[in-house]
Amino acid sequence: MAERVEGRGRLDRSRELRFTFDGREFTGHPGDTLASALLAAGELTVARSSARGRPRGVLAAGAEEPNALVQVEHPFPDPMQLATTLELFDGLVARGLAGRGRLADVPDPARYDTRHAHADVVVVGAGPAGLVAALTAARAGARVVLVDENPEPGGSLLGADDVLDGRPALDWVAAARAELAGHEDVLQLQRTTAVGSYDDGLVLALEKRTDHLGAAAPRTLARQRVWRIRARHVVTATGAYERPVVFPDDDRPGILLASAARTYLHRYGVLAGRDVVVFTCDDAAYAAALDLAAAGAAVRVLDARPAAPAAWASRCTAAGVPVRAAAVVTAALGDDRVRGVRVADFAGGVVGTGGEVACDLLLVSGGWNPAVQLFSQSGGSLRYDGDLGSFVPGAPLRTVHVAGAARGELTLAQALRDGERSAVDVLTALGRPAPASSLPDAAPAPERSPGLLLWRVPVEGDGRDEFVDLQRDATVADVRRAVGAGLRSVEHVKRYTTIGTAHDQGRTSGVITSGLVAELLGRSVAEMGVTKHRPPTVPVAFAALAGRNRGDLYDPVRRTAVHAWHEAHGAVFEDVGTWKRPRYYPRRSADGSVEEMDAAVLRECAAVRTGVGIMDGSTLGGISVRGPDAGVLLDLLYTGVMSSLRVGSVRYGVMCGVDGTVLDDGTVLRLDEEEFLVSTTTGGAAKVLDWMEEWLQTEWPHLRVHLTSVTDQWAVFPVVGPLSRAVVGAFAPDVDVSAEAFGFMTWRATEVGDVPVLLSRVSFSGELAFEVMVDSRWAAAVWERLVAIGEPHRITPYGTETMHVLRAEKGYPIIGQDTDGTVTPQDLGLGWAVSRKKADFVGKRSFARPANLDPSRRQLVGLLPLDPDLRLPEGSQLVAAAELPPPPVPMLGFVTSSYRSAALGRTFALALVAGGRDRLGEEVFAVVDGRTVAARITSSVLLDPEGARRDG
Amino acid sequence: MQLIECPWCGPREEVEFSYGGQAHVPYPADPAALGDEEWAHYVFFRDNTAGVWAERWMHATACRRWFNALRDTRTHAFLTTYRPGDPVPSPDPHPTPTPEGAANG
Ligand SMILES: [Zn+2]
Repeated sequence: MAERVEGRGRLDRSRELRFTFDGREFTGHPGDTLASALLAAGELTVARSSARGRPRGVLAAGAEEPNALVQVEHPFPDPMQLATTLELFDGLVARGLAGRGRLADVPDPARYDTRHAHADVVVVGAGPAGLVAALTAARAGARVVLVDENPEPGGSLLGADDVLDGRPALDWVAAARAELAGHEDVLQLQRTTAVGSYDDGLVLALEKRTDHLGAAAPRTLARQRVWRIRARHVVTATGAYERPVVFPDDDRPGILLASAARTYLHRYGVLAGRDVVVFTCDDAAYAAALDLAAAGAAVRVLDARPAAPAAWASRCTAAGVPVRAAAVVTAALGDDRVRGVRVADFAGGVVGTGGEVACDLLLVSGGWNPAVQLFSQSGGSLRYDGDLGSFVPGAPLRTVHVAGAARGELTLAQALRDGERSAVDVLTALGRPAPASSLPDAAPAPERSPGLLLWRVPVEGDGRDEFVDLQRDATVADVRRAVGAGLRSVEHVKRYTTIGTAHDQGRTSGVITSGLVAELLGRSVAEMGVTKHRPPTVPVAFAALAGRNRGDLYDPVRRTAVHAWHEAHGAVFEDVGTWKRPRYYPRRSADGSVEEMDAAVLRECAAVRTGVGIMDGSTLGGISVRGPDAGVLLDLLYTGVMSSLRVGSVRYGVMCGVDGTVLDDGTVLRLDEEEFLVSTTTGGAAKVLDWMEEWLQTEWPHLRVHLTSVTDQWAVFPVVGPLSRAVVGAFAPDVDVSAEAFGFMTWRATEVGDVPVLLSRVSFSGELAFEVMVDSRWAAAVWERLVAIGEPHRITPYGTETMHVLRAEKGYPIIGQDTDGTVTPQDLGLGWAVSRKKADFVGKRSFARPANLDPSRRQLVGLLPLDPDLRLPEGSQLVAAAELPPPPVPMLGFVTSSYRSAALGRTFALALVAGGRDRLGEEVFAVVDGRTVAARITSSVLLDPEGARRDG
Repeated sequence: MQLIECPWCGPREEVEFSYGGQAHVPYPADPAALGDEEWAHYVFFRDNTAGVWAERWMHATACRRWFNALRDTRTHAFLTTYRPGDPVPSPDPHPTPTPEGAANG
């Protein structure tokens, strides 16, 4: 029975922490993990297994734990925490998990953030090797970041009773910590796990800052923080994980790794059992056996090797610990927990006869797996070390170094020396002199004798209860089945059996699986290799990755200068890229009812066509193209001629890719001899600027042109409708706005009050229209003045929906809605905007390709559903007949825009239809909700084809 | 996430850059003189090198300048970067491309 031992453990026993697990109340102390507190209370079973529901306890004492997944319920629902790394706090409520947690269904009130750090070297792991590496680098004046997953430094020293310089090793750790704290350029981060090692010295680390405080965590602190550490060199001193040995019922609660039991004793003051069997293939378990015996347990050792290591055996004899060599555990006994073991002789790889031994704790040690995850992630290759029976770093990387047990340097003295060696390597590469060596003296340890490579105890049987990956409930039988199915690569076996795919990523099971597959195939483990390591090394919450970038900060929001007015006047907004644009302005009746969108849009459309409307077009992209060669550049990039444009005039332009498909369109104003103001679609602003820059910089750098985004500098208000002349004339009394004096596609500069204003006669609706352009800082005042002046004319603000309907009635395409990446200007009926005179422009050559001349290309046309009340869904496919032929059904095209029109008194649509302009008047059928509905093909210009309304 | 050496700004985080495909594919001097197939090769066809190749990048969130790079597509490692118009640097003496992609400049 497990119990707390007086006088041991790094706990604050003066304080008691209360917690609830699986509905029952327990107590522990500061310094405990959930696992140690449960063990101290004699609770061996922590969870059920995911597939078979078998009881499971803790196997390990750290992040390699495969079993003890818990769900935290209070203070905040948090799935999939490890009992072995979850620091205990007062008021914790948790329960064991059968593999799968439950996400919170309430918003997480905690804050998360991200910080950047830059260093000469980042050292991962503050065990003996990492501390020496950090000290050595710091003494040389290097900028050092030291990250460590534990609440305090020390690593493996925390779970042992080693001696350095004749004193407890943790005294040396404390001194090292204090010395590092005194170095200005050293950042020490505890409770921080390096989760990924990426290119060029980037290490991503997760710091758990307030998790251990529970409900007492200050709201002002981020709960977790992602550190992005960019270092010239990385030293991974991440230690090694002990691995178990596979045998029947090796998953019973009460079976622990030998090193874990030692850690529970020294770090947490918990004796995990009183009647202990230690089953080992390796020396390290002897230290655990002796320490548990010294703490009062009855311990016996079974060593699978033909002879027990002499030095350890004599210490055991002195301590009254019987050692039996050439013996193995052939099964664990007990259903709910381990109650004994079956023991047999083991010689020459053959299991002999044996008997049963009762116990309440079985410690297992199958050897050590260096923690090479970060090195492997960095692209480092791994090499099989036959003596160790595991994989160690292969060819060194230039900037990612490995030190200590992570390289297979398992003893304390080796780890210290190797830590120093790694730092000297880094300092040499940095061109810094290394400080004089000053390693602490490790007490002499017995010489390590070779371990025995035993992946599983070779008993007869189907292997169904010989567990390899405890979290995935994957067994020897599963590995055999995978190999039997013909899988020969450990990567394939991993995917077939799911071994190594759980939260622990196979830390205790991966190498064993390689060994088992090698045995089954009669090949060497070196040949099999081990599966590739991928970040993150431990589970990371999405909340931590998101950091501050959630809620309002998830994505930038762009508001125009008139946003507040739109809000005050009840606009319903839509997102266009990151812009907020008024979609429509519903009216609110006295009885509180709100106008529906369809009704509002019909009203706004009618107001524009019969009176005057105003919209906020400030989101349209604006690019200033300036310089002596501005016209030359525009001639190369637009299909039309821009260099001939006179100052004071405006021209519509289409821009194509080299493949001749339409990229964007807009108007071009010539402001003066050397400056053009180009407008783009709202969504295309950044793309068009990039496109122009690319050509200017990479193809025609000799052109003297500067490109500047002026989207945010200009506010643009189209004033549209037959009454717009009256409104704009009153607004800008110095300008003659008559059709004769102010022609279509020209602009005029004026001042209103002291505010410079630019008026241009362009129209995206076919109506008489003036665009009022003004510096954004005056936009709100100018807008309000226009609205006030327009009031006698019942000026109506309108949104994007109405703008879409008005332009569609005239067949004006929206690039990106009525086009995809296959549509040319000719397909859109914009051939008139393509120059025949220019020798070349981007896209021109492609217009002559046979595919571009094919008369059956899809062309933009209008569609009138025979049912004038039916609005075709945008995206509807078009077919030739009402009765669908058997598949494949030939597709004629699809609906790109579809609206209800006030001016037409009916619904209408725009569509891309194969050979559409030769099909005017023909009937096609749209597939709507699985049935076909008829529509007639018309010209894309459905309203005022003569353009009579343009001049008012 | 790699560090990319902008020839104007120095080493910066990869997220600051946008990718521009294969370098040294000039716009033809006289597209009209090209046959359909030759033109299609310019528009659509690019190399797919396993090894060192030249590609274009733009420092999008900073100086917004285009530049060229030699990169080993097998390891992702940048071997060098250079300004548009500069001659293609010789990748020799060939820095051993380290698997962690650390060949800065
Ligand atoms: Zn730059």
